[in-house]
Amino acid sequence: MAVESTFWELRLYVAGQTPKSVTALNNLKKYCETHLRGQYTIEVIDLLVQPQLAEGDQILAIPTLVRKVPEPIRKIIGDLSNEEKVLVGLDIRPLK
Amino acid sequence: MKAILKAQTGINGLDEITYGGLPRNRPTLVCGGPGCGKTLLAMEFIVKGAVLFNEPGVFMSFEEKAQELIDNVASLGFDIEKLQKTKKLKLDYVHVDKTEIQETGEYDLEGLFIRLQHSIDSIGAKRIVLDTIENLFLGLENQGILRAELRRLFQWLKEKNVTAIITGEKGDTGLTRNGLEEYVSDCVILLDHRIINQVSTRRLRIVKYRGSLHGTNEYPFLIDDEGFSVLPITSLTLDKKVSSQRISTGISSLDAMFENKGFFRGSGILISGTAGTGKTSIAASFAAATCKRKERCMFFAFEESPQQIIRNMKSINLDLEPYVKKRLLEFHAFRPGLHGLEMHLTSMYKLVKKFKPTTVILDPITNLVSVGELSEVNSMLLRLIDLLQGEGITVMMTALTRKSETSTDEDISSLMDSWLLVRDIEMNGERNRALYIMKSRGMGHSKEVREFVITSKGLEMVDVYRGPEGILIGSARIAKEKEVKANPMSKKHGRPAKKIKRVSK
Repeated sequence: MAVESTFWELRLYVAGQTPKSVTALNNLKKYCETHLRGQYTIEVIDLLVQPQLAEGDQILAIPTLVRKVPEPIRKIIGDLSNEEKVLVGLDIRPLK
Repeated sequence: MKAILKAQTGINGLDEITYGGLPRNRPTLVCGGPGCGKTLLAMEFIVKGAVLFNEPGVFMSFEEKAQELIDNVASLGFDIEKLQKTKKLKLDYVHVDKTEIQETGEYDLEGLFIRLQHSIDSIGAKRIVLDTIENLFLGLENQGILRAELRRLFQWLKEKNVTAIITGEKGDTGLTRNGLEEYVSDCVILLDHRIINQVSTRRLRIVKYRGSLHGTNEYPFLIDDEGFSVLPITSLTLDKKVSSQRISTGISSLDAMFENKGFFRGSGILISGTAGTGKTSIAASFAAATCKRKERCMFFAFEESPQQIIRNMKSINLDLEPYVKKRLLEFHAFRPGLHGLEMHLTSMYKLVKKFKPTTVILDPITNLVSVGELSEVNSMLLRLIDLLQGEGITVMMTALTRKSETSTDEDISSLMDSWLLVRDIEMNGERNRALYIMKSRGMGHSKEVREFVITSKGLEMVDVYRGPEGILIGSARIAKEKEVKANPMSKKHGRPAKKIKRVSK
């Protein structure tokens, strides 16, 4: 199946270790392990360290999750607490 | 009380009406409908800041892409690319698209803060524009978070010691669509672009300016190839300098009616009359007299083209062409309907400032009535006269009187120092012109009606013939004068009016 062979490149933008960012990262890891095991990478970018990267991906809100691959680019902002929304947003077909 | 610090905008006229510029290190809200010039004002604030005051600026656009902005303002002579290279200016385009963004759970706009901070740090910015931050309301769903974050942003801007302009789209109920005025309360400027009689007029008003005096009126403004300019024109005080120097009218027999001296320099002169009575000819003579003194004259023609005027004046032995070539005389002809009154006023004032004439002629002002209401025309003329006289410029206006209404010249005449009336007199099957001085402040002047003769040699005011037969003008006068010449005895009965010298103050 096409979906299974796809690889997901995800990028999570945060600004320091704020509770929202930590929650978002934990949620993201959980969803990925459940639905995309072995098919994904998560890159966490801390804008406090690399502020110049905010412009490239048009980041306003923190935390922002960006799906770089597969295209097109998708963005999800917030602490990713709603699993269904995140899956729809990333266009991931739930396994269960 | 310590006066608040201000940051000069460098925009023509805006610094005058704000008494020194925008509040330094605080945000200012600029709002108005679409196409009213918000972005341009903001951009000029940044560019002028960088060029004139050595204050680098960040322009964060939520609407137009960087390249679009660069192209749009290039026509105004702003070289954004060069300023970017020299690190005087930074453009940052923030793209917000609802279709690309999903929201789930809590978030904040720290990313925007970081971007802004990064931009400020990269060039050491002192000025910031957010144009227009309201677009965030279209891109983000959670209005509660957005409002809280905006409040935090404006507070944060104050702490950063940057002078900021925030633009906002005019809303139906408030000043802005999303109530930005709640957050930015130090200074609010409203821009307006309205259409009256199919002609557009731009106006600017300072709604509030905390801790500072400011002009409260609506000021017309202009966007042209040099950018933005506001005309501070309602400082109508009556304390201008006056000159007692007299200048020739350009027609010696008309000078004679003014104690042989002519008008006061820097005064306002109105010539009114019915159609075809030679108003433009008098104005052109005055223009020529100005140029003969090696002074500059600016001629605003609302009816005829410069070429037409020059050609027509040649027929009365008045050649204006050499003066035009010597750049002593400058014509500006435009149809009144071309722009609104305020735009006329502003553009005329700009031209005058550039050319620095000692005499300005408007021919005829009555045509302006087609653009606006009479009261507006009057107030515009009042301001124009005031501006010009403030600089010691002599103003001559011609006005067309229609048989039924004389309101234009009557209303304006109170502003004028001298008022000449030209009339048509139909008698004995011929039409003649008569001229008299309705008033002339501060000088003695003739109270008589003169016959105003236009010949191929020039203009002349001829004494009418007064005699037992009554007042004779035109061919009747010529016949009578010949008769008198041939038969001096008849002088007993009639005498030329010249002898009666009634001069009054």
